[in-house]
Amino acid sequence: MNYHVIVDVTLREGIADPEGATIERALPALGFTGVTNVHAGKSFRLDVEAPDESAALEKAAALAERLLSNPVIENATARLGQVRE
Amino acid sequence: MTRIGVVVFPGSNCEYDAASGVTQLGAQAEFVWHSSTDLSGFDGIILPGGFAHGDYLRPGALARFSPVMEAVARFAADGGPVLGICNGFQVLTEAGLLPGALQKNRGLTFLCQPTTLIVESTHSVLTSSATLGQELVIPINHFSGAYTCDDATLHEIEGNGQVVLRYQDNPNGSRDDIAGVANVAGNVVGLMPHPERAMSTLLGSADGRVLLEGFVGAHVAVR
Repeated sequence: MNYHVIVDVTLREGIADPEGATIERALPALGFTGVTNVHAGKSFRLDVEAPDESAALEKAAALAERLLSNPVIENATARLGQVRE
Repeated sequence: MTRIGVVVFPGSNCEYDAASGVTQLGAQAEFVWHSSTDLSGFDGIILPGGFAHGDYLRPGALARFSPVMEAVARFAADGGPVLGICNGFQVLTEAGLLPGALQKNRGLTFLCQPTTLIVESTHSVLTSSATLGQELVIPINHFSGAYTCDDATLHEIEGNGQVVLRYQDNPNGSRDDIAGVANVAGNVVGLMPHPERAMSTLLGSADGRVLLEGFVGAHVAVR
């Protein structure tokens, strides 16, 4: 079975986020007020072949830890998208 | 004659500068393609600047899986001198051979300018010929050069004297103004500035020479 998995990679707490800070500073100029705590990250979409959901997530989490994220500064979380045949 | 291997990844672009730098100091430089797994016979290894594997995903993220990196790790574990310059520094952190990580510059600006560095430790293969507190003018040329790590790591590397070079005027938002770090043993060093581009006063600065001199001579002291 192929499972569609979404991996989100975000900076760890306490690590400077120059992209998020720049976006946040730009918002008031566009008329968007009251928006704070903007954080930038990455999203990856994968089709993972696995016997079941938890195995697919486990595989995605493992490859996210080893390649998609740098654990020194980033956290990675894997979540399930829609199932594909 | 001292033999220095200069690793070439697809996308490296400072390998000739690095080779020229060590050659000017009397060493012999040889290029090592990233698929090579044999580093025997080398007295030192340089990972040069550039955009290894296009810097896709993160700088150094794909390069750390190049076959040569296992050989570099073994070479380093045996005490061999390893120097990562700019992109090479990013590769060494991704490979876990040096602590911390390099992030996008503060202000998201690509920086290409001379910087003044201060020698913070001479206990490394890069800084052994320099003097403590010495000021060196060496150019930087990077977008992701802000050194970062968590508080515990920062405390550890500062305590161990692993911070070997600091910026006088922090250009990129690096934590504690860190420009270069070493491993605990001092035989693996990475820095964002380019000493190989500071080899001649005619071209702006010759302050890189004292760093590369230390590196070229390091195998005698280390091995």
